[in-house]
Amino acid sequence: MRTIIFRTIAPYLAALMVLFSIFVLLRGHNEPGGGFIGGLIAASAFAIYGIACGVAAVRRAITLHPMTISAWGLFIAGLSGLPSLFLKQPFMTSQWWYVHAFGVEIPLSTPLFFDIGVYLVVVGSISSIALALEERESD
Amino acid sequence: MAATDSAVDLSQAMRLEPVLPADWLLVAPLIITILGGALCLMTRKNTAAQPKVAIIFLTLLVLSCAGLLAHVLDKGVVTMVAGGWLPPFGIAFTVDALGATLALTSSIVALCAAVYGMTDVDNSGRRYGFYPFLLLLMTGVCGAFLTGDIFNLYVWFEVLLISSFGLLVLGNERAQLDGAVKYALLNIIATTLFLIATGLLYGILGTLNMADIAIKARGAGSDGPLMTVAVLYFLAFAMKAAAFPVNFWLPASYHTPRIVIAAVFAGLLTKVGVYALLRIFALLLPEARIALADIIALVAIVTMLTGVLGALAQTDVRRLLGYLVISGIGSMLAGLAIGTTPALAGAIFYAVHSILVMTALYMAAGMMRALGGSYSLRELGGLYRASPAFAAVFLMLAFAVAGLPPFSGFWPKVILVDAALVGGHGWIAGAILVTGLLTTIAVGRVWIYAFWRGGPEGTADGQLVAFAVPAPEAVGANVWLPIGVLLGLVVLLGVQPEFMMQVSGRGASTLSEPMGYLRSVFGGVAR
Repeated sequence: MRTIIFRTIAPYLAALMVLFSIFVLLRGHNEPGGGFIGGLIAASAFAIYGIACGVAAVRRAITLHPMTISAWGLFIAGLSGLPSLFLKQPFMTSQWWYVHAFGVEIPLSTPLFFDIGVYLVVVGSISSIALALEERESD
Repeated sequence: MAATDSAVDLSQAMRLEPVLPADWLLVAPLIITILGGALCLMTRKNTAAQPKVAIIFLTLLVLSCAGLLAHVLDKGVVTMVAGGWLPPFGIAFTVDALGATLALTSSIVALCAAVYGMTDVDNSGRRYGFYPFLLLLMTGVCGAFLTGDIFNLYVWFEVLLISSFGLLVLGNERAQLDGAVKYALLNIIATTLFLIATGLLYGILGTLNMADIAIKARGAGSDGPLMTVAVLYFLAFAMKAAAFPVNFWLPASYHTPRIVIAAVFAGLLTKVGVYALLRIFALLLPEARIALADIIALVAIVTMLTGVLGALAQTDVRRLLGYLVISGIGSMLAGLAIGTTPALAGAIFYAVHSILVMTALYMAAGMMRALGGSYSLRELGGLYRASPAFAAVFLMLAFAVAGLPPFSGFWPKVILVDAALVGGHGWIAGAILVTGLLTTIAVGRVWIYAFWRGGPEGTADGQLVAFAVPAPEAVGANVWLPIGVLLGLVVLLGVQPEFMMQVSGRGASTLSEPMGYLRSVFGGVAR
């Protein structure tokens, strides 16, 4: 699989896919997309990079161990249900903040953080599996 | 966008009255275990800190479950709907005495396992995630006990199943993978059946909320498609609960993982299946339960007897205990087969007893191995000399599992036998009593071989064989404490059964007279 074309194109492809996954993640609240599908796209970006340039390069690039990324995702998703506790509302009631920056209204919400959590859980667990499988192949 | 539009009347779709902090106890077990599991996963490499983090979170879990039980006993059935959307559209967490009791018992068992695991699980096991898996397993177990939505129940089953896969293969030995394949295969089939049945149920009734199903199914009769769904559910959860004839996965897999993991599995997993059977057949589809009562009774009797006969045939202590787990499942199913309120109360009491005593017995098996160097009854011997105190502990647990007074196994059997005789099910009553006798023989065998005999098989009467002194940490406080706590609860339930009888009675009456459950979900709205 390590042809020169693939090795040259893979880093750009992976970078584009990660960017696209974040786009899919953020548009997901009202349109097709979201944390799960975004996470899958990002995980496949890491998998492609791993096939082209080796698993070690991927592990260096993402710094954290994939399972640690998952753990952070789980933590963020869990926390995103909590703000409603302080407002006397049921678990996971969505809260919205409208932030004005650079002349644009940016809607922030607890579902967004939940989705980011899902994204990280999926990225972490799927790339953990993918990297483990790729590693075994190159032994 | 979700910007609040003043023209929209949100009270049509949402519950807008403020939620009291006490109501958050309903979801606290899930939040605690998810956050704790995530923290443990982050600190996976720090093997010294992990048990501490896990024990802190599991202690919080025990406290929150105890608070939840007190809340339920005070207020009756309580409901919280995620996001505040009105049921049946919002995903409801509805907790009655049954769910809260089982959640509390399970969390105590998990805390004991975390303490025991400090000795039993080495650093490599911790790096591979014993503690995160344990906490996430508890997320699934507690979620299953607390949810009021049948699809959500499926999700929690998946959560606990995935965590249990992780725990089962921890250590990566050949025998473990062999056991895990059997375990995984049957459990995935069962989960798929559960999902198919839920899809069909949604197709028939158009709802997934348990209270809503209970209302709609009462008018729908017990014939036709609803009966198919009921049979599918019964098969799916009978697999989960390890009822005959779909129980072979349990003795094939429970002896392979580390003993503390086997202890948690034996205590919790099958009981979640029993819980689902109780919930679905007693609360959701009572007419199907009546139609299936004879089949359930037959399954219960055969499960009890084959379980205990299997135990009599085993020489490996862990496999023997696995068969006793199965035998206990039969007793709980008997309560469901009889179906009266006292019988359901007996089944609930039995579930609590079984969770505590089976975990304690598996931990005791770990102790036997530490003292005698083996799990095999052929090789064990002279444990009484090694530790007379432990011999006494084991004897008490053995009496408890056999249902002898004054231990926790006695009362649920009394209730079940009484309910069976009142309901005219002489066969069930007979089977429970015969099973009790055979269980006494099975555990008596363990005691005679492992504790009384002077040494391994072949040692002549009166002879004593020298044995190696166990490593001090293998029989230290981390092992004694959890066994001691569980034994204490077993004795307490046996000597002071009034509280548990009252609680299980409340749980059973919610199942057979679900008005309180329905009112909690729909807030007294006439439907």
